[in-house]
Amino acid sequence: MQKVRLVMVGNGMAGVRALEELIKLTPDLYDITVFGAEPHPNYNRILLSPVLAGEQTINDIILNDFQWYEDNQIRLYTNKKITKIDRKNRTVEASDGTICEYDRLLLATGSNPFMLPVPGGNLDGVLSYRDIHDTEKMIEAAATHKQAVVIGGGLLGLEAANGLALRGMEVTVIQFAGWLMERQLDETASKMLQASLEAKGLKFALKANTEAILEDVVNPGHVGSVRLKDGTVIPAQLVVMAVGIRPNTELAESAGIHCNRGIVVNDTMQTYDPRIYAVGECVSHRGIAYGLVAPLFDQAKVAANHLAQMGIGRYEGSVTSTKLKVTGVDLFSAGNFMGGDDCEEIVLSDPGAGIYKKIVLKGDKLIGSVMYGDTADGSWYFKLLRDGTNIGAMRDRLMFGENNLGDTGHQGQNKAATMSMEAEVCGCNGVCKGAIVKAIKEKGLFTLDEVRKHTKASSSCGSCTGLVEQILMFTAGGDYSATPKLKAMCGCTDHNHQAVRDAIKTHHLITIPAVMEMLEWRTPNGCASCRPALNYYLISTWAKEAVDDPQSRYINERSHANIQKDGTYSVIPRMWAGETNASELRRIADVVDKYAIPTVKVTGGQRIDLLGIKKEDLVSVWKDLDMPSGHAYAKGLRTVKTCVGSEWCRFGTQDSTQMGKDLERMLWRMYAPHKVKLAVSGCPRNCAESGIKDVGVIGVDSGWEIYIAGNGGIKTEVAAFFVKLKTSDEVLEYAAAFLQLYREEGWYLERTVHYVQRVGMEYVKEKVLNDAINRKALYERLLFSLDGEPDPWHEQIKAQVDTRQFIPVAVLT
Amino acid sequence: MLQLKIKQQHKLKMKFICQLSEIPQLGARRVTRNNGGEIAIFRTGDDQVFALLDRCPHKGGPLSQGIVFGHKVACPLHNWSIGLNDGCATEPDVGCAERYAVELRGVEVWLDTAAPILSQSALTTTIASNVIPIAVV
Ligand SMILES: Cc1cc2nc3c(=O)[nH]c(=O)nc-3n(C[C@H](O)[C@H](O)[C@H](O)COP(=O)(O)OP(=O)(O)OC[C@H]3O[C@@H](n4cnc5c(N)ncnc54)[C@H](O)[C@@H]3O)c2cc1C
Ligand code: HEM
Ligand code: SF4
Ligand code: SF4
Ligand code: FES
Repeated sequence: MQKVRLVMVGNGMAGVRALEELIKLTPDLYDITVFGAEPHPNYNRILLSPVLAGEQTINDIILNDFQWYEDNQIRLYTNKKITKIDRKNRTVEASDGTICEYDRLLLATGSNPFMLPVPGGNLDGVLSYRDIHDTEKMIEAAATHKQAVVIGGGLLGLEAANGLALRGMEVTVIQFAGWLMERQLDETASKMLQASLEAKGLKFALKANTEAILEDVVNPGHVGSVRLKDGTVIPAQLVVMAVGIRPNTELAESAGIHCNRGIVVNDTMQTYDPRIYAVGECVSHRGIAYGLVAPLFDQAKVAANHLAQMGIGRYEGSVTSTKLKVTGVDLFSAGNFMGGDDCEEIVLSDPGAGIYKKIVLKGDKLIGSVMYGDTADGSWYFKLLRDGTNIGAMRDRLMFGENNLGDTGHQGQNKAATMSMEAEVCGCNGVCKGAIVKAIKEKGLFTLDEVRKHTKASSSCGSCTGLVEQILMFTAGGDYSATPKLKAMCGCTDHNHQAVRDAIKTHHLITIPAVMEMLEWRTPNGCASCRPALNYYLISTWAKEAVDDPQSRYINERSHANIQKDGTYSVIPRMWAGETNASELRRIADVVDKYAIPTVKVTGGQRIDLLGIKKEDLVSVWKDLDMPSGHAYAKGLRTVKTCVGSEWCRFGTQDSTQMGKDLERMLWRMYAPHKVKLAVSGCPRNCAESGIKDVGVIGVDSGWEIYIAGNGGIKTEVAAFFVKLKTSDEVLEYAAAFLQLYREEGWYLERTVHYVQRVGMEYVKEKVLNDAINRKALYERLLFSLDGEPDPWHEQIKAQVDTRQFIPVAVLT
Repeated sequence: MLQLKIKQQHKLKMKFICQLSEIPQLGARRVTRNNGGEIAIFRTGDDQVFALLDRCPHKGGPLSQGIVFGHKVACPLHNWSIGLNDGCATEPDVGCAERYAVELRGVEVWLDTAAPILSQSALTTTIASNVIPIAVV
């Protein structure tokens, strides 16, 4: 079969990323030709700054060497600029007359630096800062000349100025606005930045307007100085213009493709001519042209997906954030950091220590942030901002950062730069800093996801994410931060969890294949990440109607025990509210002897764990124990922990143990998006630790206080006060109603704390506290779904436990 | 063309294991052996069968207990994806589980219990019975 001919114009970061993604999806569909105006293979433009600063070399920043093109059978023409597209005959033509036919064309022409139209702009020694050529010229000039002027005090200008200063030049930055990086920083942060750059020897002319670039008297044709509107003359043998970029649309426009400050594309990255795609800085998507790599990589992925004829990916725009790559300067900004009339600001300023943090709130949402000096929490704020998380409940602690909210696993470190190469960054997977740096360098990683995949760092609990991002920042210069606004459920679909839940409800879908067909799943039977979610959504939405699919459950829920690292299992029988008796203990002791169970352990959930049981023995262990399943393996109700309470305790005001038993008897066998734990304490001394539970109940003299959405774990979350109630019947009703709301609306693997953060505490109160009819309805629905649910340990057929799994299918001798 | 370098050659010793219906669709069953570790036999959504040593190349997790999807299984311990056809972990993870020749004869599942298949590289064929080394170089 004849391959489809794909031609790409522009051999830069966005375009080549699209090819990489395309080759991953369909290695053989296309015959690919690439035209690049530069003489180099694809390199990391971002890292031109460290090259200029002398921290890296050109060789270090090549992303795809010539061999890569060869290996992937891509015809590469460097030094060939395309000057014409003939859409009728489907050909492109290069300046040297080369003509090439295409079936699909991908434009990735990037952008052009904007040159101020001032007199003298064409003199020798006046440069832009965009490519290797510019950078080499600057390095050359720095070796022979003394003074430089950088016009433009933005991100690019400051990186250029810093680099030139490190190469020994006297540099003055001319900035039109009142402060540096006015589009990313507020005045206070900017002044701090300026002070630290001044300490490095840079000079600044603010609110300054360049009038002309003047010729050198001794060296005609070459730049000698810069004159400002106010008459000041600054001597300079090198002038770098960094006043902005313009999408490079010349070629597209000449071919009659619709452009409007960028080549206009739709959500599949197609231009008005559907055979022609465009990605990168040259593109205008929904009116926005992006100038940072992260969103461009998202675009590349979508274009590749569409070119691969999978046709489902959509690019819906990105939110971006900024960091400056000047060694020793730590700043971060995202969103609306200037605030406004209807916004509130929280500011922490410690000029002595060189730290400034500002976060901008609108209602219960974080909408912007700017930070200087200590940016460890940048990515956390960015995440809150992007996800539109409801931050009402943590507002007073927000300023002190994520660590303050109780993080574990990395020794409280929050500055990656000061960590040694041997220091452990990810406590879950035991990954040290050196290993991450090495992987980033050797494998050319750019994004957090890539680092997670390759090193496993930050892929489990996520508490070290901020550190990993910092390492990525100074190793790759990669801007990791843009991500699609709505995250797809997994690689099998582009729909997110909410869309899937909604579809199941609206279309009355009751089987996994039905969902996959309706929502056009890409894979025949999903993956290990979406199938369990779908199964849960079906049985929680259509109780008694949708049938559970054990093959779509994780092993623990399929075998009703917890798998251990050696492939054996643990068994935790239910002890209502942590109470037991002699007969249960005797049976447990007998089982331990009979099956030679190696370890017996008391759990933190107030029951007894039997560890190291062979799968073959599980069914008979359950039978001999003759106790209900403890569901210690389930995404569902685990335990209700209680203190002794008023029956015995001299401080007790309420019978917490009885309350706990009632709650546990009502809720056991309940599946949920994630595990659910409850606790009941008999008085405010709170011996059962009700403050860190999904539902925590605390007895007081006049009744019960209910707290919700707490948990222990990687990030300890303190439960928030919900309501005070008089009777235990009310406790049952309110707790059940809240949990049912969570069961119906929570996303799979989302714990109550994250669910409540997402929808907002006000919303939960509205549904459960203020609306009595709705509360009763929720309560009824929970009772209905639990009514008659089997105990999988003792009613295996009804619970659809496939008992064949416990025995080998054959024994070979 | 594929070039298989097979250092060791063995005579196939196919044995009847079970009816296909005894393995759940998108699931697996274990075969225990007196000599050697357990073998997992997988049945995919399209009713093909595959056999691997029941030990994940990562830390030895029992693959038979994982979730089967497409022609892969997700290890129950740390969620590596293992290809059923080649026994190898999906990139960037590295490592392969030993493969065994298995075939469907009508509705019967037959397994070669003599020795694992010894080719190193992933074979591009999809039907497990086709990967039995017939053309040996
Ligand atoms: C010094 C510097 C620092 C930066 N720092 C950061 C940063 O910290 N974080 C960040 O996210 N971004 C940063 N950027 C921006 C980032 O590099 C760009 O967003 C990104 O490279 C754009 O990718 P692209 O593929 O759209 O364009 P480019 O990478 O510019 O590629 C376009 C290519 O197309 C070629 N071309 C154009 N027209 C034609 C034609 N007609 N025929 C053939 N070839 C053609 C060009 O020569 C060029 O090689 C920085 C940029 C610079 C210059
Ligand atoms: C995020 C990650 C967590 C993981 C992966 C995890 C994992 C586990 C596992 C595998 C077991 C079962 C042990 C066995 O086989 O017997 C277990 C039990 C338990 N865990 Fe966790 N756990 C997590 C968080 C927590 C948190 C936050 C708490 C408490 C605040 C907690 C408290 C317990 C208790 C009390 C038990 C005993 C269970 C029982 O009695 O039912 N765990 N956990
Ligand atoms: S919480 Fe109060 S009632 Fe319960 S054991 Fe502690 S002191 Fe006693
Ligand atoms: S039981 Fe929990 S805390 Fe203990 S090792 Fe396992 S996951 Fe970690
Ligand atoms: S043992 Fe299989 S993934 Fe770790």
